[in-house]
Amino acid sequence: MTDLLQRIGARTLGIAERLGRAFLFLLRALAAVPSLVLRPGLVVQQIYSVGVLSLVIIVVSGVFVGLVLGLQGHTTLVNFGAEQSLGVLVALSIVRELGPVVTALLFAGRAGSALAAEIGLMKSTEQLSGMEMMAVDPMRRIIAPRLLAGFIAMPLLAAIFSFLAIFGSYVIGVGLLAVDAGAFWGQMQDAVDFREDILNGVIKSLAFGFVASWIAVFEGYDAEPTSAGVSRATTRAVVHTSLAVLGLDFVLTALMFA
Amino acid sequence: MGRNRRLIEIWVGVFVALGFAALFGLAMQVSNVQFFDAREGYEVELRFENIGGLRARAPVTVGGVRVGRVAEVGLDANTYEAVVRVRIDDTYQLPEDTSASIYTSGLLGEQYIALDPGGLDFYLQDGDEITLTQSALVLERLIGQFLYQMGDSDD
Repeated sequence: MTDLLQRIGARTLGIAERLGRAFLFLLRALAAVPSLVLRPGLVVQQIYSVGVLSLVIIVVSGVFVGLVLGLQGHTTLVNFGAEQSLGVLVALSIVRELGPVVTALLFAGRAGSALAAEIGLMKSTEQLSGMEMMAVDPMRRIIAPRLLAGFIAMPLLAAIFSFLAIFGSYVIGVGLLAVDAGAFWGQMQDAVDFREDILNGVIKSLAFGFVASWIAVFEGYDAEPTSAGVSRATTRAVVHTSLAVLGLDFVLTALMFA
Repeated sequence: MGRNRRLIEIWVGVFVALGFAALFGLAMQVSNVQFFDAREGYEVELRFENIGGLRARAPVTVGGVRVGRVAEVGLDANTYEAVVRVRIDDTYQLPEDTSASIYTSGLLGEQYIALDPGGLDFYLQDGDEITLTQSALVLERLIGQFLYQMGDSDD
């Protein structure tokens, strides 16, 4: 019995300790961000590997999510004779929820895992300590550019995703299922508000981008310097990011749209 | 390295431009933002007893074809009439004795204004008023009247 209690206690303390480390790590990384003004090339390089290289999966999933949502929405709406509202249904669900959330989950899988593995490997091969030896601050050189790049790339990826998804549902709805194009766009424009819906979606994706790159970079930095440790860090980066994004999404939705 | 770096920077530039283009596309095509509403038109005032669920941006049609949109919905503080300002495209000239009614598209659809052009040779100008109007049918009121009549006929 006491063994069990002890294990629970140890677990809790371990979690609290990790959370504390993550916060301190974040503060140090954020303190290093202003120094990037002098070296914007580092950030551009990271935006390339985090953003540009994620484009393919974002584009493909965006189009397909739109196509599927168009088909499914139509089969339901047609029962109520409301297939004209397909545009509203698709646009609101994508701009408010699916765009930011699915992009963040894909981002965690495509970019977050790569970040964690890269930094974890740097740590286990002692490149990070090597940098410190040469008086190069790894926070400035490695961590901060990646953090900032994720924060910048995420909303852009989410915007591309949402745009293509709505385009996909347009192709299915208007092209294949013969919803009237005027009603599709017209009702959508009536129902979707720029500030309420689109800007809130952008705010969401900013928050997700921040959290996703924070978790990925921290898991890599905090990895045990062994091959098993790097592998665990990569897995944790994806799992924790997904959970954090879903939880945060609920909180943000409750604050924004409730 | 120099060439490679240039390529990376170009790609990042393309990516950022694409992102902003998508956001701009969302704003213009999907939402109701109108930074520059270029379509010219003239405004006409309609007075209704009851407009039901009519809202701004609802369509205004002639024979089922959209000729404009509702610009603003307000209330005349003196007569307690609903005042609906509609903006009609310049390409359409409507006679002065045009009448207006509020209909619902489908059973539960949105409400719109249908205009019935009259036969006069004088045309509506900017700021004119259409007085020949028919109010929206409010479903509850209709059902109420119907039940009332049912009660009467039982006697």
